[in-house]
Amino acid sequence: MEKFKKVLKLFLIMFKIGLFTFGGGYAMIAVLEREFVERQKWLADEEFLNIAGIAESTPGPIAINSATYIGYKIAGFFGSLFATLGVVLPSFIIIFAISFVFDWFSSLEYVTYAFRGIQACVAFLIFSAGLKMFSKLKKNPFNLILYLITLISFTLLALFGSQFSAVFYVLIGGGIGVIVYLIGLLVARKKKKNTPKDNAGEGGNE
Amino acid sequence: MLILLELLLTFLKVGATSFGGGYGMIPLLSEEVIIHGWMTAEEFRAFLAVAESTPGPIAINMATFIGSQVGANLFPNAVALGRFLGAFIATFGVVLPAFVIILIIVAVVNKLMEYAGVKAFLSGIRPVVIGLITATGITMLLEVMLGIKTLYGTVAFDWKALVIFLSMGAIYYPVKLVKKKTVSPILLIAVSAVLGILLYSPLLPI
Repeated sequence: MEKFKKVLKLFLIMFKIGLFTFGGGYAMIAVLEREFVERQKWLADEEFLNIAGIAESTPGPIAINSATYIGYKIAGFFGSLFATLGVVLPSFIIIFAISFVFDWFSSLEYVTYAFRGIQACVAFLIFSAGLKMFSKLKKNPFNLILYLITLISFTLLALFGSQFSAVFYVLIGGGIGVIVYLIGLLVARKKKKNTPKDNAGEGGNE
Repeated sequence: MLILLELLLTFLKVGATSFGGGYGMIPLLSEEVIIHGWMTAEEFRAFLAVAESTPGPIAINMATFIGSQVGANLFPNAVALGRFLGAFIATFGVVLPAFVIILIIVAVVNKLMEYAGVKAFLSGIRPVVIGLITATGITMLLEVMLGIKTLYGTVAFDWKALVIFLSMGAIYYPVKLVKKKTVSPILLIAVSAVLGILLYSPLLPI
């Protein structure tokens, strides 16, 4: 019974957050922290930082990742199920309702003019989000090269109508990350071999 | 009915392979939606503005809407049912991979994110995803401004779109620098809608 109450409360809190948070997953993380660390005290500070880090680096919507994780920490599997349901449901209901009138609404004469303006704004919002994330990225050669190559090749290919999927970019990026890591390991190993301590000759393996 | 399966598989793929939350999902989602012929690039951008200005995760808003639009043509005499099925399946598809991956991490392999190999993979993904997001913003601006999808089509330069894009920057960055706050996307969308009506409608002789 105690657990049922907790799951219900979790669901209601997540529903409220899903209903009132604008600006997507990144905005939601701040709200989740206020709610679960400061108000309910269900999670410790450090634990929450860990959750946020994982939610941002696993695939999928950040809001879903954090809701699933937080739900599990608080009330096990049913906690994660109802936390996720809670955060999805408000969006689903609102957008489902909008979808019925969107085609009609967006075909009204003045709305089409407004939407032409809005499209330029959407391009700006995405562009500025990219720049904001870039400003937080560590500016080492590895990051800069991958960033620039992706930026330039994706833009050019899109202009020439190519269909090189974003999935491949992500997978190749991950692959390069692993290769660079392995090369780093090899180089470190060689350095160790080339600079033996004083008693050279046999070169003992460590 | 086959289209529902296609919808499910597409959103499972998007949910499982997009890193960086809702914004990271946009390049992949737009290419999938356009390849399948579910929406035009213009409709996609227009609805993106709605997804940004309604509460909840952007990824969920997009999935629910696209699913509902695709499902609308499913049953000629039960449009609402078709819409609901489409919306439900697309939303379910985009949530499920995130839900399962996080459950595995939190319940089974607690230390997954601490493995050097996983860290190396993610280190390569991060700059690529940020590059993809920036490139998507640039590509969208070029599409809106030049009225083209690829360089092979006819180019019709639209200076009004560029003016609106630059106005967004002229509002966003000074406020960020002076007040150290980010302007809410909803405000920017509202301003761009007004600019769109002023510049594109025959109201003003520009």
